[in-house]
Amino acid sequence: MSKGVAVTGMGIISSIGNNVEENYLSLINKKQGIDKIQKINTIHKEAIKVGEIHFSNDELVKMLGLPKDNNYSRTAMLGEVAAKEAIKSAQITDVNKYRTGLISATSVGGMDMTEQFFYSHFKEDKNHRYIESHNAGDSTSKIAKSLGIHELVTTISTACSSSANAIMLGARLIKAGKLDRVVVGGADCLSKFTINGFKTLMILSETDCKPFDENRTGLNLGEAAAFLVLESDEVVKQENKKVLAYVSGYANANDAFHQTASSADGQGATLAMQKALKVAKLQAKDIDYINAHGTATPNNDQSESQALVNVFGDKVPAFSSTKAYTGHTLAAAAAVEAVYSILALQHKTMFPNLNFETPISETGLIPITEPVIKDLNNVLSNSFGFGGNCSTLIFSKA
Amino acid sequence: MNTKLYIKTYCKIKNNQLFFNDKLLFEDKESTNLKAFLKSTYQFLGLKYGKFFKMDSLSKLTFLASEVILSKINTKEETKNIALVFSNNASSLETDRKHQKSINNLDDYFPSPAIFVYTLPNIGIGEVSIRHQLKSENAFFVFNKYNTDFHTVYESSLINSAKAEAVLSGWTNVDNDTNYEVFVYLVGKKGTMEHNKNTLNQIYQE
Amino acid sequence: MEELKQELKAKIIENLNLEDFTVEEIGDNDPLFGEGLGLDSIDALELIVMLDKDYGIKIADPKQGKDIFESIETMAKFITENKK
Repeated sequence: MSKGVAVTGMGIISSIGNNVEENYLSLINKKQGIDKIQKINTIHKEAIKVGEIHFSNDELVKMLGLPKDNNYSRTAMLGEVAAKEAIKSAQITDVNKYRTGLISATSVGGMDMTEQFFYSHFKEDKNHRYIESHNAGDSTSKIAKSLGIHELVTTISTACSSSANAIMLGARLIKAGKLDRVVVGGADCLSKFTINGFKTLMILSETDCKPFDENRTGLNLGEAAAFLVLESDEVVKQENKKVLAYVSGYANANDAFHQTASSADGQGATLAMQKALKVAKLQAKDIDYINAHGTATPNNDQSESQALVNVFGDKVPAFSSTKAYTGHTLAAAAAVEAVYSILALQHKTMFPNLNFETPISETGLIPITEPVIKDLNNVLSNSFGFGGNCSTLIFSKA
Repeated sequence: MNTKLYIKTYCKIKNNQLFFNDKLLFEDKESTNLKAFLKSTYQFLGLKYGKFFKMDSLSKLTFLASEVILSKINTKEETKNIALVFSNNASSLETDRKHQKSINNLDDYFPSPAIFVYTLPNIGIGEVSIRHQLKSENAFFVFNKYNTDFHTVYESSLINSAKAEAVLSGWTNVDNDTNYEVFVYLVGKKGTMEHNKNTLNQIYQE
Repeated sequence: MEELKQELKAKIIENLNLEDFTVEEIGDNDPLFGEGLGLDSIDALELIVMLDKDYGIKIADPKQGKDIFESIETMAKFITENKK
């Protein structure tokens, strides 16, 4: 087995907790964060359920100590909260002691502010400062600035696999000796833009989503931010760091089938999982638990189930989708689920797939439905994005 | 050990002109908007791919530039393991505006699924993957401007670590009808132009 | 219903960006999905939006679309029976 790249810190904010510890407690207590929309004024308010973070924007401004005239989008604020927790948990006091980078992922960017002030911008200029925070790179640069990171800063935008690709790139940069450490992850907030877009694709559920269930009707959108701190072996040794887990495998492949749907035989997903195992120098039988992409759309769950069968045959390991807890947090999803995969390794616990009742008829796979205590060595996490962008990460016990 | 890599071919599209390597391949002086120019380029290339017309401008530009390059590949020698590494500054802004417009007016409220599907910058490279059945690695980055430092390191790393045989890379930026810029190139183990940031900067600015 | 069928053919070409087709080339009973015009799942969703926007008919379950959108003939029939 190839050891991988050390994870020395993590941070997260989601609809089931404002930090790592709170998220863990919600996971083992089966406390989901899906509810009716509270903060966004959309015509679909009564029709759908989402995983919303309960802090208002004003509360986030206070939490971060931002000046009144700041131009942070909600995405940037959530990202900064999580990134700061990650840096703190990695016990980094001087970020520039080593070559440190930031790779962040987003799909919404500052769209939440843009859609709020779009028309008023024409009449008055009091919110014009939010215009420049619209683009995808802005939240990343704000987070980099607040953490003092300047060595390498970039943004990945590949839909729902974005933060997996950020983690993958970070690991590669460390392995290649280009960076000594890197903060990797992503952030996305809820917005009318995505709510309406997903609604018109008819893949939103009106009730609590049911991943891998025969009667699933679609996904619940969610918002979140999560980051990992990856460090080289040299830094770990020199600073005597505690390693939480290793990023031992990663891969990306394209499904080459459709802009937003996955192929019935799950080719892209199959390739991503197989390549990740190769990078980790592991075999299928070495995987103890899978945190699936499991969005609860009719299409993904069937395609992903088929891909699991393609890779694992009749020995598919215990698996679950945690999106019934948090909703689908788009670009942040992979980072959120990376944190959950590492929590699983640390606490020797596999988290349940909520709301499951009936297996999908095509494959008959059954996820775990209660927290299960088990000594885990390797956890695999899938994240598949629109554009056929399929990514898999493998985390291994420290 | 790092193999020496080469820029095999490149394609640039701007100001209603399409260049293949340093030669002007096609020019459309008549079309007054981007949509018309993209259609005339499609026709010039003799393509028969109906799905082209469903794409947004960013995807169409990415598709056309990639088509010019990939159609010249001798598939016996070359492989299907061509990774895709693209970047831009505006993400999917032009299409985002269209989607936003469709949900702004409560009296005429009909968001279009076909538009929403393109409100991500990586769908264009997904279209290229579907067309050429490339199941390889693909990534999309958002930068302030075309970053040759980043691109050359990433491209070399993919080939030298045997993750890909070749890399189709590009800067494909669309802000609106008149403000667009496409620079797409193929990196591989054989060729005449050395793959390094100086050469890339040179041909990018040509 | 003849007029409606011609109208639908023109709308489909316009809304779904079928640049390679003309109204004359679409037969009333030609399969719209799969082999025929080669429409896909996103096109089906666009047609659902079109039914709502232009004919006031709301479809809640995307699976219903499979039967309704089989051909121009089935579409015209459905609209005539359900138009508000």
